[in-house]
Amino acid sequence: MNKELRRVSLVALAMFLALFVSTSVIQVFAVDGLRADGRNARTLFESYSAERGPILIDGAPIAESVPVDTQYEFLRTYLQPELYAAITGYFTLNQGNTGIEGELNDFLSGSANEQFLDQLGALVTGQRPRGAAVELTVDPVVQQAAWDALGDQQGSVVAIEPATGRILALVSKPAYDPNRLAAHDTQGVLAAYEELINSADDPLVNRAIAGDLYFPGSVFKVLMTAAAIDSGAFEPESEFPNPPSLELPNSSSVISNSEGGACGGGETVTLATALRLSCNIPFAQLGLELGEGTIADYAEAFGFGTRVEIPMRSTASTFPTGLDDAQLMLSSFGQYDVRVTPLQIAMISAAIANGGNLMQPTLVERVIAPDLSIVQEDEPVLLSQPVSRETASILTQLMVDGVANGAASNATIEGVAVAGKTGTAENGGETPFTLWFTGFAPADDPQVAIAVVVENGGGFGQTAFGNRVAAPIAKTVLEAVLNR
Amino acid sequence: MPPTDSLPTFTKSIAITVRQPSKLRNLELVLLLVAIGVSGTAIALVQLGVNGAVDVGVLLQAGALGMLALGMHVALRVVARDADPFILPIATTLNGIGVAMIYRIDLARGLVGWEGLAIRQMVWAGVAMIIALGVIIAIRNHRVLARYRYVAMFVGIALLLLPMLPGIGLTLNGARLWIQVAGFTFQPGEIAKIALAVFFAGYLVTARDSLSLVGRRVLGLQLPRARDLGPILIIWVAAMGVLIFQRDLGTSLLYFGLFVVMIYVSTGRLSWVLIGLGLFLGGAAIASRTLTYVEGRFAAWLDSFNPEVYDAQGGSYQLVQGLFGMAHGGLVGRGLGRGDPTITPLAESDYIIASIGEELGLVGLFAILGLYLLFVARGFRIGFNGTDDFGRLLAVGLSFVIVLQVFVVVGGVTRVIPLTGLTTPFLAAGGSSLVANWIIAALLLRLSDEVRHQPRLVVDE
Repeated sequence: MNKELRRVSLVALAMFLALFVSTSVIQVFAVDGLRADGRNARTLFESYSAERGPILIDGAPIAESVPVDTQYEFLRTYLQPELYAAITGYFTLNQGNTGIEGELNDFLSGSANEQFLDQLGALVTGQRPRGAAVELTVDPVVQQAAWDALGDQQGSVVAIEPATGRILALVSKPAYDPNRLAAHDTQGVLAAYEELINSADDPLVNRAIAGDLYFPGSVFKVLMTAAAIDSGAFEPESEFPNPPSLELPNSSSVISNSEGGACGGGETVTLATALRLSCNIPFAQLGLELGEGTIADYAEAFGFGTRVEIPMRSTASTFPTGLDDAQLMLSSFGQYDVRVTPLQIAMISAAIANGGNLMQPTLVERVIAPDLSIVQEDEPVLLSQPVSRETASILTQLMVDGVANGAASNATIEGVAVAGKTGTAENGGETPFTLWFTGFAPADDPQVAIAVVVENGGGFGQTAFGNRVAAPIAKTVLEAVLNR
Repeated sequence: MPPTDSLPTFTKSIAITVRQPSKLRNLELVLLLVAIGVSGTAIALVQLGVNGAVDVGVLLQAGALGMLALGMHVALRVVARDADPFILPIATTLNGIGVAMIYRIDLARGLVGWEGLAIRQMVWAGVAMIIALGVIIAIRNHRVLARYRYVAMFVGIALLLLPMLPGIGLTLNGARLWIQVAGFTFQPGEIAKIALAVFFAGYLVTARDSLSLVGRRVLGLQLPRARDLGPILIIWVAAMGVLIFQRDLGTSLLYFGLFVVMIYVSTGRLSWVLIGLGLFLGGAAIASRTLTYVEGRFAAWLDSFNPEVYDAQGGSYQLVQGLFGMAHGGLVGRGLGRGDPTITPLAESDYIIASIGEELGLVGLFAILGLYLLFVARGFRIGFNGTDDFGRLLAVGLSFVIVLQVFVVVGGVTRVIPLTGLTTPFLAAGGSSLVANWIIAALLLRLSDEVRHQPRLVVDE
């Protein structure tokens, strides 16, 4: 009986050994794979229970993690939720994160590779790992001014510091309250999300960098003029025939200038005057002469076709190709199928303001570890040089004229040379216009470049122009920067 | 040599000292105090981990259980002075850690007092220990049990079939293993395994000669006679009946494994093992094809991370969540009260081992598996050193019940074998299981006392 007993003992021992091995495999060797599984809620909870770093503006938090008495331990709280919603985005338990919360999640949650040593230290000392703080470039005064100036309009304001690409203000309206989505009550969050995503005015869409894109209308003429002059084929005094209306080639469509009649009178009109008064017919002719390829090349140099990352990825603005003459002529004053983001339009003004050098626009100033050491500092980066310094200087003068004596008069600021261009884009049929302003100030030492877009004709249907609705908004924001 | 006052010289020269059993009991007392300390600390750590403060009330309730364990120790000093000193402290430690873990899960779920499972577990533990004490006191000579082997068989089969009775039978989590009487639920199969172990031991001791010596040799294997196959077939039918009608793979595996091991130890015939395994595997293979729940268990075991299996009804969700929990714990664990064991369904019963793995880490699991191993080793020791074959066989059988339960549960949770629903001895929430395992502890204590109790005379010069 003892021989059998010994064997049975060995079997029992082998069974226990199998358990020692299986538990070791799970708890030591397979740990990384199991933790990385998307279905592992514990990994998720861990990321919430780590104290997420705040999002700062001028050292003051606009988003921070507040200790609460739930299993998640911290509640993400937005202090001026709607004002900064387009920038911060939202942080949810399991419905994804957007904005800075999404793009810089690794830093904020403390799991970025740059923070590996901190994580190791936290493990050894038994401290809770903490995320890094993200300091933004946004100026709270400018942001507030842009928010207030846009009022109840749907649309967006983007203000960039031309020399550095730092974004001073980024507003998208209507906005939403990210606190509703950061709550710990999953049912409530889902209901809030349903409500927002199904809302007719799309509050979750960041109109500054994404969404359905806008027709630029006449603000596209800035790019057209820059391309015309920089290519060497034209100069401000180049003249174009000046008919009061023009039938498009191979088409029954007739285009006219927005004020009706010829552009400022006279048999011919100069490029400078056409830009200042924002006439469509001369630009249609200019486009035909420049050619699709040249315009497309300049558009690309200004950022069209690129998903610029601020660090949120913007939607790429588009200039269509393969156009017939009629389509090219329509495209030349920002209609047909030219589509842009407000960010893209602000980048065009910023490049001209910065002597033809387009700086990478960004929202992030620096990333600061919990021990206050700098994890990452964003230096200004040159994105491209779409036009020469000389072209930029000429464009600046033309745009100053546009505000001082032209179609963008409502952006005039007492004692300051403001460069600007308005736009009134048609959306086809009875749809209200999209109203634009872009420009920069002061013209001789640009502190800020701006793009303003107002949807739904600013409430005036097809009767208002960019100068009436968008230019005053821009003026308020420019003043906020200049009065700093 | 000068005469002393107390002893006359002639007796002194051949003084006979009986081996001192009190040393064993003193060792047991020390170990038991350690066990009570470990359990109390675990409960206090749970409170600190979850609430950040110590609740004296619960500690006092647990302390009452500790007093009961000490009472058992005192009783052993009188009725089983030579009993094994490790069994009681190990059972107490496991029971205490189990209570702490169940209490921890209660706290996570916001259950306090009688709403919670921990308090019920403590009451059941008290009941189980009193029953165990009764067993030790009542059964002064285990050989008596051999006489009642057929009674044990009928009791065992009756208990097995009890949940099938309409009116009192209760189906939980798909398995019909419970009875419900006056609001109390009980799993009679837990007690049945002890009754069957007694029957097997008694039956095999008397029948082993006919089982081992008679029969033809085929291909080097001694095959038993057809009529000797009767009992094994009855057990096979019973085990398969449990598998099919009560939908419980683990329990049928337990009965069958128990019988195969005991028949092998008593007869020494490998053929029995092969026949037994063949019958079980054949039955299981057919079951896995024909019974959807068995089929599902196999799919969940082999293809756990497949999203289809994961999301399926009765799929691998629980298994995978348990693995996530254990991985979350890692080598040293999150600390008591600091993990998220409640994400895994049945974290307090079937999956208590994953909960412990999450909060106490691999280190904690190794300690617990080590305790089981030691417990089983003490049981096998009786098998090796016992004086009568019935006692030896019973000790091996009862020990192997523990081995099988631990292997089936922990192996199921850790994907060594398909998951089945057995309880982790002493740890998992459940009164029937606690009562059964404490009775096993009591029987092993009684059997070990018999081993030690042979007078061992030492002639002292």
